[in-house]
Amino acid sequence: MARVVVNVMPKAEILDPQGQAVVGALPRLGFAGVREVRQGKHFELDIDDSVDDETLEQIAGTLLANPVIEDWSVTRLPENGTA
Amino acid sequence: MTARVGVITFPGTLDDVDAARAVRRAGAEAVPLWHADADLHGVDAVIVPGGFSYGDYLRAGAIARFAPVMGPVVDAAGGGLPVLGICNGFQILCEAGLLPGAMTRNAGLRFICRDVWLRVANAETAWTAGYEADQRILVPLKSGEGRFVAEQRTLDELEGDGRVVFRYESAAPNGSSRDIAGVASANGRVVGLMPHPEHAIDPATGPSADGLGLFTSVLTQLVESA
Repeated sequence: MARVVVNVMPKAEILDPQGQAVVGALPRLGFAGVREVRQGKHFELDIDDSVDDETLEQIAGTLLANPVIEDWSVTRLPENGTA
Repeated sequence: MTARVGVITFPGTLDDVDAARAVRRAGAEAVPLWHADADLHGVDAVIVPGGFSYGDYLRAGAIARFAPVMGPVVDAAGGGLPVLGICNGFQILCEAGLLPGAMTRNAGLRFICRDVWLRVANAETAWTAGYEADQRILVPLKSGEGRFVAEQRTLDELEGDGRVVFRYESAAPNGSSRDIAGVASANGRVVGLMPHPEHAIDPATGPSADGLGLFTSVLTQLVESA
């Protein structure tokens, strides 16, 4: 068993209106100095040892992310790691 | 022989009833297709209607793309079967790779529900041949993730090849790239659009009857090729 984290983010050139809404709300709450926020998705997968890195890339690129609009990263956590 | 047009229902589909009504109004037989169907029951064309298939979980259309019925749809589209995706159906066809680009959250973040004027930018596809080029049509738009995006190079190709089928007449209310409301496959057989022509087939129940042309267009195509 291993734990894998997949982070999915909108591509840099894709407008992220949700992130813009967050960055716009922060000054209204009194938090200054945040220049940009981009919002993405975080997946935690518990996998068998039989799942190799190539398969993980396929999982991320075919289902978890849409390559047209999103980039992703796959990270294996150390044993008993937490995300 | 009456043409048979399949209308797919996924868990969470909303607009299958109106799509089937539009098919019947155009003069064809509407054939219900279920997401778990393994084949297309011999239909002559397929409509993937709007709604919130699988609750829009993960991304709009991301789960529906893997439904059993979509395998035969992708195969048949490769062989030239006319396929129309409306709203969530458009999102599903993009996720399935039948159409380019993707839909993201509306630029203003708000769900948009209003009637919009469109221009028919390509009146030669299987679903728009009954329109005049540049014709104005009034149809409802109702979506929260309707902002069409694609790489600049892809957008250039779509415009250069005449694959932009519908454009918002004034600036796209959802921020879609280059005001694109609908696009077609390279062979013009697969068309997807975010606004809802199936809700505009009768002035008694919609803003116009302008949307009926998509459904009559495909029938004319089927009769001519029979």
